[in-house]
Amino acid sequence: MPLTQDDLLRMYRMMLLIRRFEERATQYFMNGQIRGSFHPCIGQEATAVGGCFALRQDDYMTCTYRGHGQSLAKGLDAKEAMAELLGRRTGCSKGKGGSMHFTDPRIGLLGENAIVGAGAAIINGAALTARLDGTDQVGLTFFGDGATNQGVFFEALNLAAIWQLPVIFFCENNLYSEMTPIRDMVRTDSLADRAGAFGMATAVVDGYDPLAVYDTTLAAVERARAGGGPTFIEAMTYRLVGHMVGDSEPYRTKEEVAEWRARDPIVMFPRRLVAEFGVSEQQIGAIDAAVAAEIEEIARFAEQSPWPEPHEAAEDMWA
Amino acid sequence: MREITYAQAVREALTEGMTHDPNIILIGEDIGLYGGVFKVTEGLLAKFGPERVRETPISEAGFVGAAVGMAMTGKRPVVELMFMDFLWVASDQVFNQAAKMRYMSGGRVKVPMVIRSQQGGGRGNGAQHSQSFETIFTHIPGMKVVLPATPYDAKGLLKTALREDNPVIFIEHKLLYNTRGHVPEEDYAIPFGVADIKREGSDVTLVSLSRTVLFALEAAEEASRDGVSVEVIDLRTTVPLDLEAILKSVRKTGRLVIAHEAHRRLGIGAEIAALVQEQAFDYLDAPIARVGAMDVPIPASKTLEDVVLPGKSHILDAIRAIVS
Repeated sequence: MPLTQDDLLRMYRMMLLIRRFEERATQYFMNGQIRGSFHPCIGQEATAVGGCFALRQDDYMTCTYRGHGQSLAKGLDAKEAMAELLGRRTGCSKGKGGSMHFTDPRIGLLGENAIVGAGAAIINGAALTARLDGTDQVGLTFFGDGATNQGVFFEALNLAAIWQLPVIFFCENNLYSEMTPIRDMVRTDSLADRAGAFGMATAVVDGYDPLAVYDTTLAAVERARAGGGPTFIEAMTYRLVGHMVGDSEPYRTKEEVAEWRARDPIVMFPRRLVAEFGVSEQQIGAIDAAVAAEIEEIARFAEQSPWPEPHEAAEDMWA
Repeated sequence: MREITYAQAVREALTEGMTHDPNIILIGEDIGLYGGVFKVTEGLLAKFGPERVRETPISEAGFVGAAVGMAMTGKRPVVELMFMDFLWVASDQVFNQAAKMRYMSGGRVKVPMVIRSQQGGGRGNGAQHSQSFETIFTHIPGMKVVLPATPYDAKGLLKTALREDNPVIFIEHKLLYNTRGHVPEEDYAIPFGVADIKREGSDVTLVSLSRTVLFALEAAEEASRDGVSVEVIDLRTTVPLDLEAILKSVRKTGRLVIAHEAHRRLGIGAEIAALVQEQAFDYLDAPIARVGAMDVPIPASKTLEDVVLPGKSHILDAIRAIVS
């Protein structure tokens, strides 16, 4: 079914919410209000939204520590997410998980993961559950280019291929394996080629084009629902900020960042909506205003939320 | 009274569990047609079919990870690792994923999965097929840790494991599979965290687990001929740990030996010794003695392995040392 104008506006709204969420979280981090590590997904909103809009809420998903945007796009409550970043008991994990472990099984989110590649193995099991239960749910795992060098990643591709699991392996190739160019760490030109060797469908897509990402992901999802097995998607994307807040970024030039920033999906997508899809500037402006207000509400909720009580440290160990 | 082997007892628990709960899925290497390298799952493929008895590639990280995903979405996977030593190639999925998922999610998910494997030496399998790892599983929070010593306990504890909503590490011993013992045909389950007094005594408390319980019982029998009455406590689970049973016995005997096949250094014996001196110091009449494997990799040659792994004589020496 083609996307309606309403769908397109919802996609833009979610992309913008993710951007503003990460910007606010970056401020909190700089103020010392977010502890530990924080890996913003600024610049990678189009993959999160294009990918997740091709899923249903009952589909399963895993992602990585750069997964705030994907978690929100899958349906995670943004207030709970921000409260989690600030370590509050109202957070999605009651403050126990933090930035790298957003989890909410009610929306199929089986966890961000702080271990590179681990979520690819886990999504196979969720997809197997769906198959054993005879549902048409699928599993999608987001990971970066760096994960494609992990042993568990290859094991996961192989298992999905031999069991023909309904899984989408969604690689966000942002060109950098943490702080190292992926081209120095992989001998082949294409990451998708490596996946193809396991005997599964592959696709390469412009990760700065949310509609192309959506179409490509939807095709993979439909194939998986119909019993056609797994697909590997390589989405070419770029993070417009460092690997983590505080990254000195010696591995790339300002010119390269500027080139990608000129294509910033948060800027380009609304222009395209106006130019090609009959959306008015007023509609875009209304979304911008609504997201700005929503972010204030999210921040207020998170900042005013209570801290966990000391006794809660011992809770949530056993089911 | 019916007697069956330890391996049969494990199989019977799996069969009964799978019959009652369609969500139980077996997963592992060579567990189908071949029946597992120790034949524990023999016949289960024919009975339950390939969707529920799933053979995997040699790919522990991949299939343990899949089990985590299955468990998080409503299945009860039971993973067979061919040797517990292979756990390490899947260790991220066990220690970072399965053990932590519930806590990291603030209690929003549960991970009801069982990893069963056999461990231990005594067969000349060498250093990468003979280790004992309960200490490590016990140290990392988030898993129940079970080590049955008898066929009766193996079946009853596995039945509980198959109903447990948390990750369970179910540790069999390769040299227990052919041991025989009484196992009732009727349904029964043994709760976790309840140690079993395998022999009553009044002079020395001897705490043990897994195959070492058999050596402990032999040592206790021999000690009795010297007039020393030894109480043998089989922990059965180290998480949860039945500390009360140990303390109760120590308050009676005043002497404690802990014997296990895992390396002596920082083994479960060290933890129990620490707990007992914290909580029953005044009752102790002698230093606490620990028996465990020598702190070297497990060697292959019999003459060397016999020295490295603890047996009856090591336990007897420890008993005599704290009684004299």
